[in-house]
Amino acid sequence: MNAPEQMKQFRHVGTRPVRPDGVDKVTGRALYSPDFKAPGMLWGAILRSPHPHARIIAIDTRQAEALAGVKAVATGRDLPTLESLVMHVGEGASDIVDVSHNCLALDKVLYEGHAVAAVAATSPEIAREALALIEVEYEELPFVLGVEEALAEGAPILHDNVFTKGVDPKPDKPSNAAMRVEMGGGDVEGALASAAATVTGRYSLEPVHQGYIEPHACVASWNGDGQAQIWTSSQGHFSVRALTASVLAMPQADIRVTPLEIGGGFGGKTTIYLEPVAMVLSKKSGRPVRLAMTREEVFRATGPAPGAVIDVRLGAAADGTLVAADVEFLYHSGAYTANDAGAGVSSAIGHYRIANTRVVGVEVLCNRPAAKAYRAPGAPQVNFAVESAMDELAGKLGIDPLELRLKNAVVEGDPQTTGLPWGRIGYVECLEAAKAHPHWSAPLGPNQGRGIAGGYWGNYGGPSTVNVSVAEDGTVTVATGSPDIGGSRASMAIMAAEVLDIPYERVRAVVADTASIGVSMVTGGSRTTFATGMATVQAAEEVKRILCERAARIWGVAADQVEWRSGEVTCLDGEKQGQVMSAAAIAGRSFHSGGPIAAVAALSAKGWLPGFGVHICDTEVDPETGHVKIVRYTAIQDVGIAIHPDYVEGQIQGGAAQGIGWALNEAYIYSKDGKLDNAGFLDYRMPVASDLPMIEAVLVEVPNPSHPYGVKGVGEVPIVPPLAAVANAIHAAAGVRLRDLPMAPDRVYAALHPEG
Amino acid sequence: MPSPAFHVPDSVEDVVALLAADPTARPLGGGTDLIVQMRSGRLVPGSVVDFKRIAGMTGVRHEGDAFVIGAATPCTALKADAALAAAWPGVVEAANLIGSVQVRNRATMAGNLCNASPAADSVPALVAAGATCVVAGPSGKREVPVQDIPVAPGKTSLAPGEFVVEICLPAKPAGGGDAYLRSTPRTEMDIAVVGAGVSLVLDADGTCTSARVALGAVGPTVVLVEEAGKALVGTKLDDDALAAMSQAVQAASNPIDDKRGSVSYRKAMAGVLARRAVLVAATRAGAKA
Ligand SMILES: Cc1cc2nc3c(=O)[nH]c(=O)nc-3n(C[C@H](O)[C@H](O)[C@H](O)COP(=O)(O)OP(=O)(O)OC[C@H]3O[C@@H](n4cnc5c(N)ncnc54)[C@H](O)[C@@H]3O)c2cc1C
Repeated sequence: MNAPEQMKQFRHVGTRPVRPDGVDKVTGRALYSPDFKAPGMLWGAILRSPHPHARIIAIDTRQAEALAGVKAVATGRDLPTLESLVMHVGEGASDIVDVSHNCLALDKVLYEGHAVAAVAATSPEIAREALALIEVEYEELPFVLGVEEALAEGAPILHDNVFTKGVDPKPDKPSNAAMRVEMGGGDVEGALASAAATVTGRYSLEPVHQGYIEPHACVASWNGDGQAQIWTSSQGHFSVRALTASVLAMPQADIRVTPLEIGGGFGGKTTIYLEPVAMVLSKKSGRPVRLAMTREEVFRATGPAPGAVIDVRLGAAADGTLVAADVEFLYHSGAYTANDAGAGVSSAIGHYRIANTRVVGVEVLCNRPAAKAYRAPGAPQVNFAVESAMDELAGKLGIDPLELRLKNAVVEGDPQTTGLPWGRIGYVECLEAAKAHPHWSAPLGPNQGRGIAGGYWGNYGGPSTVNVSVAEDGTVTVATGSPDIGGSRASMAIMAAEVLDIPYERVRAVVADTASIGVSMVTGGSRTTFATGMATVQAAEEVKRILCERAARIWGVAADQVEWRSGEVTCLDGEKQGQVMSAAAIAGRSFHSGGPIAAVAALSAKGWLPGFGVHICDTEVDPETGHVKIVRYTAIQDVGIAIHPDYVEGQIQGGAAQGIGWALNEAYIYSKDGKLDNAGFLDYRMPVASDLPMIEAVLVEVPNPSHPYGVKGVGEVPIVPPLAAVANAIHAAAGVRLRDLPMAPDRVYAALHPEG
Repeated sequence: MPSPAFHVPDSVEDVVALLAADPTARPLGGGTDLIVQMRSGRLVPGSVVDFKRIAGMTGVRHEGDAFVIGAATPCTALKADAALAAAWPGVVEAANLIGSVQVRNRATMAGNLCNASPAADSVPALVAAGATCVVAGPSGKREVPVQDIPVAPGKTSLAPGEFVVEICLPAKPAGGGDAYLRSTPRTEMDIAVVGAGVSLVLDADGTCTSARVALGAVGPTVVLVEEAGKALVGTKLDDDALAAMSQAVQAASNPIDDKRGSVSYRKAMAGVLARRAVLVAATRAGAKA
């Protein structure tokens, strides 16, 4: 709707055809993970720890095994003992030992909901009954939930083999500080001391869940000959294969993972929870086994995004030039070492030119489910603090908050935190678009206020494999190894159709299983349209070359005497000049003129660029109740080039909606005994449709010169700015600065009525 | 784990007999509480008695200007009855705040009442309106004020074998108006942090001649705050009267601290919502006086 008019340089790129998976999805025919059944399948169920922290003394499974209908029982002892090995498969790295122990606890449970044992039975009812017959003897241990408490003297230590990484020399005592990351340079203290204006603030956020609709589920079938099949939805079936094979110490090629439709992931499906357990149960029982989480299990046992405590100090000269930034944060890592601190450090203040900086991030272990990637993992938390502080600084300086950002915004060539120069980025373009947008100058009603925030996400490239093949009738199949979460099949088909200059409907894109296409990294890091798109273009170009070559051979002319025009090969040579040969004609004869026509591109995509976004939010705050209504919301983003603008806008709207939920009401609530008290969508309050206005997505197109069609990743950026945009709008509406999320009505009320 | 027996009787007497035969048996209305509780394992009834097939159980009957609402009537259907919606807009709106459209296409006010949640949305509105319900049981039928049904969270005053067959709303008094407002963090699909139902009557010059104020989620059951009503009667709902009413409401509020709200926030909201509900009810009374 808001995409700029395409200059007629593309035929397909920038159009909005119907997605190939659309009809199946809206008619309920699409096969998601929990829908899949295999003949002879058993129903699995998982016994979970009732304690947030305990030693497992003994597990007695005899009664469960004796129950009629129970075909297998498994505990952590059924998984092989592994050597520590850090694997980079999803968004970030995981130690395979942690992955294994998270699938089934071995000696200790580290959070309420931690998997302890599993059964497979002939019905779900019997499986559940069997769980109740498993006796686990625990020795309860003191637990810790908060990041500051976890670092305090005498706090219970989760792992006695974790010594803070990133600290030199290596500490001599184990610690809940799993990792420390620091970046920066210059003289921060000196610059702050001489700054014309400074702001200081401590901010906090609770862990939040990705909130995908589809719970985790899989079916595994491990045959007597050692080969296995797994059917599941994930953000990367190659990661599922690599992690499962590593946990089970078996060859990767012995597992074939078939991707099913995915009902949302947002980073939370870049890891595994169930697959090795289903595999073990299948091996023991000799039958396919299905494991599926309930919603409650999803909340209790799968990764939230980390909560945080963040300290920020900013300093500026009188003209608004930022002179110093000091940011230090603690992120909830949960039960095992997570990865968000690094990304948090690198996305904290990089959108501004600041001479003196110090950014420190610490991953803190605590007795909560292991934190996992959630859309721009690590960025929204620290951005909330920094962009709130920017707003405060603008107030102190008496400078318009948009102008303050514009004055300091990085442009191409400015140094990044790493020292390398920024590429062709579009932060300034977004800020200018915000300034020019009617929303920025629209009048406000009573109790209303307007906030703005900017942010970015680095995006990624990485490995992708694509196979483009031409059927005998000239239609084209694009097979990728990238699960389609945001409409990527449509985007791949558009890009292939663009290269081949044929109708979109003559190209079909599918997601192929691990045995049918080469390795591809997860759909995450906003990489798929960029990286898999690059491979699609490359493979389609090769197919075009082959088609030309075949036509030349059939015509008996030199290869350079043919040309691809309007989806056909045209002959340039001699008496055949002007003759055309369609892809159908060439492919129809291909069996006798060189063989089937197909091309594989396997590449590791480079040249990705970060995406920048600027969000404008209007809130109305009820002064008597603290309720915050989002009355208008505009999300402006540099998207490179929007291959399919609908799906780009969808990403932006979805990210903004999730960010607004994080800002206003989403939070894990724990009881005093360390148990999650809101393991469901009733009390874990994601926004419902009536909580949100239409979110207007404005696409700013600053093409990426390194991608054939200018693509930049778009999926993660839009969750970065909303937290501060909402907080800044609340400040503008009601005069109170909320530094602790969520900004739920009772919190806003308390801020408005400090007397109680 | 045996699954419960499922009965679909076609007479009130059969329902009573089935309920009386098994103290763990549960009547099934829309099932939007019952089935959720059974699924989660919180409730394990020996049998489930679906009374929706009984003639007359579903629908709104007009008796003169009064209304009789069958116990199986889904909340959505209340909106379709124009006379009911005009007479008791607060009750109809309260019932139609429950859950979502899908939930309300099944959920009933009788189920909302008999589930006995302190946060049930339709109950404060019914209590403010002076609604009664007809209870059928082994010894025949009796009529009970709505506020006497819930006695504690999840517990009712219904004796074994008893169930609610209908809910009765009186004719709207001349100059009457009602309203229900609730506070929830989200706009929909949420449980009331506080709910306030108000029904009042204004005479020709705008003086309040009677008023009932009922609160949800500030105590173990719905609370009818008589002092709050008294604070309004005889006034023209001026600021002092409203302040006195809010104070009475706060004094009567005895909420718990839980994940849905703190004691202090709930008390504060009870006062605010009751005042706002009084003003809505007064506008309705004035508009129709
Ligand atoms: C997603 C969701 C959202 C919800 N949101 C709200 C909300 O916003 N506000 C709110 O108040 N509630 C809410 N609820 C709870 C529920 O929908 C309401 O309480 C509803 O009114 C219950 O009515 P029902 O007919 O479905 O009751 P049922 O589930 O059929 O019954 C509830 C209980 O009452 C008993 N019962 C039912 N009918 C009778 C009868 N006639 N006589 C005696 N006992 C009876 C049953 O045995 C059971 O114990 C929500 C539920 C869900 C699932």
